[in-house]
Amino acid sequence: MNLDSKTPTGPLDSKWTRYKSECKLVNPANKRKYHVLVVGTGLAGAAAAATLAELGYSVAAFCYQDSPRRAHSIAAQGGINAAKNYQNDGDSVWRLFYDTIKGGDYRAREANVHRLAEVSTAIIDQCVAQGVPFAREYGGLLDNRSFGGAQVSRTFYCRGQTGQQLLLGAYQALSRQISYGNVKMHPRTEMLDLVVSGGRARGIVTRDLETGKIESHTGDAVLLCTGGYANAYYLSTNAAGCNVTATYRAYKKGAAFANPCYTQIHPTCIPVAGDHQSKLTLMSESLRNDGRIWVPRKTGDTRRPAQIPDSERDYYLERKYPSYGNLAPRDIASRAAKEVCDEGRGVGSGGRGVYLDFADAIRRLGQPKVAEKYGNLFQMYERITGEDGYQQPMRIYPALHYTMGGLWVDYNLMSNIQGLFVLGEANFSDHGANRLGASALMQGLADGYFIIPYTLANYFASTKQERLPADHAEFQRAEKDVGERVKKMLTVKGKKTAVELHRELGQTMWDNCGMARTKDSIQRTIKRVEELREEFWNNVNVTGTDANLNVALERAGRVADFMEFGELLARDALAREESCGGHFREEYQYPDGEAKRDDEHFAHVAAWEYQGPDKPPARLVEPLHWEFVKPTVRSYK
Amino acid sequence: MKLFLHVWRQKDRTDPGRMETYNAEDISPDMSFLEMLDEVNEKLIQEGNEPIAFDHDCREGICGTCSLVINGMAHGPERGTTVCQLHMRKFQDGERIVIEPWRAKAFPVIRDLIVDRSSLDRIIQAGGFVSVNTGGAHDGNALPVPKPNAETAMDAAACIGCGACAAACKNASAMLFVAAKVSHLAHLPQGQPERSQRVKKMVEQHDQEGFGHCSNQYECEAACPKEISVKFITQLNRDYLRACVSAKD
Repeated sequence: MNLDSKTPTGPLDSKWTRYKSECKLVNPANKRKYHVLVVGTGLAGAAAAATLAELGYSVAAFCYQDSPRRAHSIAAQGGINAAKNYQNDGDSVWRLFYDTIKGGDYRAREANVHRLAEVSTAIIDQCVAQGVPFAREYGGLLDNRSFGGAQVSRTFYCRGQTGQQLLLGAYQALSRQISYGNVKMHPRTEMLDLVVSGGRARGIVTRDLETGKIESHTGDAVLLCTGGYANAYYLSTNAAGCNVTATYRAYKKGAAFANPCYTQIHPTCIPVAGDHQSKLTLMSESLRNDGRIWVPRKTGDTRRPAQIPDSERDYYLERKYPSYGNLAPRDIASRAAKEVCDEGRGVGSGGRGVYLDFADAIRRLGQPKVAEKYGNLFQMYERITGEDGYQQPMRIYPALHYTMGGLWVDYNLMSNIQGLFVLGEANFSDHGANRLGASALMQGLADGYFIIPYTLANYFASTKQERLPADHAEFQRAEKDVGERVKKMLTVKGKKTAVELHRELGQTMWDNCGMARTKDSIQRTIKRVEELREEFWNNVNVTGTDANLNVALERAGRVADFMEFGELLARDALAREESCGGHFREEYQYPDGEAKRDDEHFAHVAAWEYQGPDKPPARLVEPLHWEFVKPTVRSYK
Repeated sequence: MKLFLHVWRQKDRTDPGRMETYNAEDISPDMSFLEMLDEVNEKLIQEGNEPIAFDHDCREGICGTCSLVINGMAHGPERGTTVCQLHMRKFQDGERIVIEPWRAKAFPVIRDLIVDRSSLDRIIQAGGFVSVNTGGAHDGNALPVPKPNAETAMDAAACIGCGACAAACKNASAMLFVAAKVSHLAHLPQGQPERSQRVKKMVEQHDQEGFGHCSNQYECEAACPKEISVKFITQLNRDYLRACVSAKD
């Protein structure tokens, strides 16, 4: 397999402009003859489905939720980056590009990241036009806040609900196209297989989650916009339903899976309270604008936070990273928290927590001003912990939040399977080994609104159209496979529930392949995941039938895929013998504990190709070329 | 904690359904209400029974998927809180808890506690948007919006589309849901060109779906997990009246 990125040549800042002027187009009258299947309706999927329908394509969109408005993009709190430089503080497309590529620890493609920075400004304009109620200054202009990994204020926001408002904007645009009959929406429908024939994606096989009906959908292109795989860790900030099934099924049909070991652990989550916990809750990183992070200087200091004088507190981020301070990037802030807790200086029950303290901000700005900025987050904290964040510092701890890895795509966002495009978090392309805050919303919308409309037209116009009928042998085979797999899960009738097995999988992934990894711990993970997978297929208990709404069956199907995917993630972590971004191998660090990247041997994308059930996957490599920036040691000191 | 649950069970759309009782034992007060149901479900599966189907996803109060009527209250007893954010520390040990699905003609039950809320999607499809295609928008700052207007628009836009307003209403009216979207867009300059058409179409669709009329009891505001104010219904009524009497459309 050849991983050709198809990056246009020429100067960095004119690649995308040139691509757009040279790419082929589809005649407006011909667009409706093309059928596009969009799986997932988060920012990337809803934006793509709406925009492609506006252009005239026939679109079918699918989501497992009861409405496209509920996709997990909705939970993003803090904001969306754009290189508008409205603050006159020195921002530019180049600087957003540079911050993003540096933030990703030089493990992303230059051309992709630059394009992302270029289209960022159009996203804000588009969202304003849709009526997204962004925060405003008193003069009526758009307001900005700062985010980790940047020294400018370029983040646009809607209180603590930016993801919700951007998603509703895209959902409303999608709803408009549904009402015009340009999009056929399939809610409560889960994609369970990709159909490939002659090296091209031909369609998908889905299961109707209400009736259990397995159905084929045929199209000229398939767009996977199905998000990330953080739930492989069981406890994450993702929604309960988030899963890897669509992308993993595509992987098993030949799509390369790139950099699965790049997982992002978010520093500001509410600590785990007990075994019953079903998910972790994130509080926006924007809290780090005004909150100061600290732990006691002494180990085992059990005094109440108010009784610990300033001189006996360790504001460790400000101490270690004076120029970025509490706004150090996520991977660094998370690891620093783990470090102080490993030293025994963690706070709260179990000692896995650090303080996020607003006392100074409240003194400086007054409580009403702090409440105006972060009120809903304080409320959320109180609801979950029963503590008041205004009166005492909040306790936070890192949690799995986002995954930078995903299906490999070229500059066109097309995977190595012709006609299979991957957008948003589901692809691997723009964030390298670590994503900066407020960049996920930017990437999802960039892919959906402004990139896929060009690259998809270019694909259609340069490929002969040949849609397979839905009763083609390949579809029938895929339907049969899906049906048998569902039946198999129902017949095991073992002793453990899918949730129990999922929890065990998550435990081993978090303990051994989480924030810090070693060769040994990763090998242990691989072995344990194999055992768990074996146990799953021999000992899982799924009650009910496949002919109606069955929540146990839905969960089991997703867990089954995580059981295979977890191993792939671990294999990638094992093979990448360096530390970069969200991937920290303890063997590869500087004496001061900072990540030691190895550009000589690992300045590449690792993409895994499925080789069948009995053989390990093949590791393919796409070298990263540095034409315009020079990778340096990523310092935030 | 130990709790006695009375739960609505219904196999599918055609099944008449019935209440069943379950015991929930060893419940920690730190659990969320849904985590308590997770525990009950795990036990049901272990005993070879089918779990109680309920809708949920983000479990952080923003996606609007969860939808339970607890002891007769949509989203349970805590103000301004979705079920997924409701914690067991709000209940007493040994309490009897009645759990039902949203009850409204426009929300048919699909299974157990899960209802079909596509009626809300169709209301948005009828006009809850600004008709702009992607591309060609002018600069974001070319259109100043007074801060108070932007804040009011955001207050309304905070609606998560869960349907608690209709579930709490004796007339099963989703007026608060419609009002939130109408007011969000009516407070912004972008929403002005279609303002009259939008309100008329959305109200018409609301009625067609079988939701009832608003009789000003404000149960909706009390149940709303985002505490959307009923003042937006006043705004809706005003806009609707103006749209109906204006000669142009």
